[in-house]
Amino acid sequence: MTPAVDAAGGACDFSVVGVDRVSKHYGRRRALARVSLTCHAGTITGLFGPNGAGKSTLLGLLSTLLKADEGRVCYGTRTAGEWGDPLRARVGVLGHDLYLYGDLTARENLRFFGRLYGLEGAALEARIETALAGAALSARGDDRVSGFSRGMRQRLAVERALLHHPRLVLFDEPFTGLDDASVRRLAARLADLKQQGTVVVMSTHDLDIAEDMVDSAVCLRNGRIVEIPAEGGSLRERYRAAVGAGE
Amino acid sequence: MKLGDRLIVVLLAVSGLMLTASPYVIDTAPYEATMGLVQRIFYYHFPMAMTMMLSAIVCGAASAWFLFRRSERADHIAVAAAEMAVVFGVLTLITGPLWARKSWGVWWVWDARITSTFIMWLVFGSYLLLRRFGGAGSEVLAAAVGFFGMVLVPFIYYSVNLWKTLHPSNSVVPSLPTSMGIPLYYCWAAFTLLFVALMSVRIRLERSRGWLERAYRAVED
Amino acid sequence: MGVLKAAWWIARKDLAVEIRSRELIYTAMFFAVACLLIFAFAFVEGRTTIRNAPAGILWITIVFSGTLALGRTFERERQAETLRALLMTPVERPAIYLGKLLSLLILLGSIQVVVVPLVGLLFGAPILRAPFMLMGLLALGTTGFATVGTLFAAMLTRTSSRDVLLPVVLYPMSLPALVGGMQGTLWIFAAEPNYELVQTWLAMLVFFDAVFLTLALWTFAPVMGE
Repeated sequence: MTPAVDAAGGACDFSVVGVDRVSKHYGRRRALARVSLTCHAGTITGLFGPNGAGKSTLLGLLSTLLKADEGRVCYGTRTAGEWGDPLRARVGVLGHDLYLYGDLTARENLRFFGRLYGLEGAALEARIETALAGAALSARGDDRVSGFSRGMRQRLAVERALLHHPRLVLFDEPFTGLDDASVRRLAARLADLKQQGTVVVMSTHDLDIAEDMVDSAVCLRNGRIVEIPAEGGSLRERYRAAVGAGE
Repeated sequence: MKLGDRLIVVLLAVSGLMLTASPYVIDTAPYEATMGLVQRIFYYHFPMAMTMMLSAIVCGAASAWFLFRRSERADHIAVAAAEMAVVFGVLTLITGPLWARKSWGVWWVWDARITSTFIMWLVFGSYLLLRRFGGAGSEVLAAAVGFFGMVLVPFIYYSVNLWKTLHPSNSVVPSLPTSMGIPLYYCWAAFTLLFVALMSVRIRLERSRGWLERAYRAVED
Repeated sequence: MGVLKAAWWIARKDLAVEIRSRELIYTAMFFAVACLLIFAFAFVEGRTTIRNAPAGILWITIVFSGTLALGRTFERERQAETLRALLMTPVERPAIYLGKLLSLLILLGSIQVVVVPLVGLLFGAPILRAPFMLMGLLALGTTGFATVGTLFAAMLTRTSSRDVLLPVVLYPMSLPALVGGMQGTLWIFAAEPNYELVQTWLAMLVFFDAVFLTLALWTFAPVMGE
């Protein structure tokens, strides 16, 4: 890897990110069955569905960490394999597990990952300060993450995922453990990302919070996309209609 | 029956017949005075050890192919060969001590060849354990074990040889009198055929299992 | 950003975590000392250690505490799925492997700083007879063990029965490195040391380490690919 990573990563095409008839199975269990989805730059796509519906698997495929058994995952016109390592420099992922080292401080966590994403020196330090401010953790930047509450960790994890200014943002349950103020801040953050032309895909159970944020809602059930009716009340009601009352 | 299946049946039949006839062929070999009847174990022991080596190499090569190309076929070959390596390894490790008892007066001797075989057996045993208990995706991990196991062979032989040597050396086989050589090569051929036959059956089974898995998923879709 | 630089950052991060918690160094060292105690009951007759036993005692202790350390370093990366996070950075895969290997070697080295003198002290092993050769054997043998161990521990993090599978896979696989280290040490500690044989074992270890490090770097990406 060379300093050109940033530039090379920047050259990757994120105007549209799509999965095309993608299937993924673990042994005999089908996690995704011929799912197709297109996400455009400057939009937020919400993934909904019951536990085990395939949301995390879909995010895993988009993050390049999982490989599809069938079908293609495309960034612009090319697949991850064709773009190579630099593609990952432009993807930011917030996982269900938070990807933070408990024995490191908030600042050290950000610095470590920032470096691996090719950031250095004063630019990196400046971004770390902005990120800590964004997570409302400026005062606790030198405290170990293991002493943080779930909400604080979640806020830090969001900033960690966005530190390298990704063009594709993948959030798995970003609202977990957040209080109202933090949720509002995250909503504002998402609006900024949208403004900047980032592709955002997020999965969540929190339909009420997500309703106003997402541009398009996709519902997964048993590894398949279920249509959410366009009409018929709030997102929660329409989701219920799509998935079935039992869920 | 398809041509491939017919071939498997023929292979099984031929190797089975050859092995059934093998005692008669071995009987033609001269009686070895010092070792007596036990010497005849050698006609099975050596071919089985060689078959184990062959299995190990096949497993390693197929594992490497699977690791870098992700070919399902290569994976089928690798599992089949790993099982063969373990089975023929056990047989080698059982017949070896029988020989050792007569030759050296003890059941187990930590001589170079036996120890190396034992280590190889452990490596391919761990391959199977990993596949059995590793959960989903363990075939890739097992492939790394198979591949490393193959590369390990010369190191094991070198280090164990350097450690100690008691076993009759490699030069025994080519210098055997023809009367002993013929039954030996006959048995070797029989075991190699058996290896090919069992491999084909096992690969076929693995392939059917793949089809079944796909069918299951197709039904669920 | 070069592969080595990224590897160094990952190693430094591991060391920072370890220095802060000191969990591994304390537990692994305590475990090593406990091993030595058990060996005392097996290999000490009267007041003296059985001939040729110290080399084995030393290496088995290294291997056991090494396995413990290996499992734990990767357990740490699994707790908040940080290994996944590392794999999602644009860093080339070999850098991740090298970083983990480097931090593990430093850790195992610091355990040996305590264990080796203890073996000399408690079992009367002549550890100062050929100090550089002994250090060479320890460094190369441990490297061989860790080279194979890091690869397999990393790939086993995703499986559920990793605790049992790691030693099952690792011990036969790293055997040439252990035999080399053990036999070399034996010939240093022997009543009549044979330095020529020690050198042969050293050469074998160099060769083993080089081959398996190359292979591990080569296979790390496809193995961790998913």
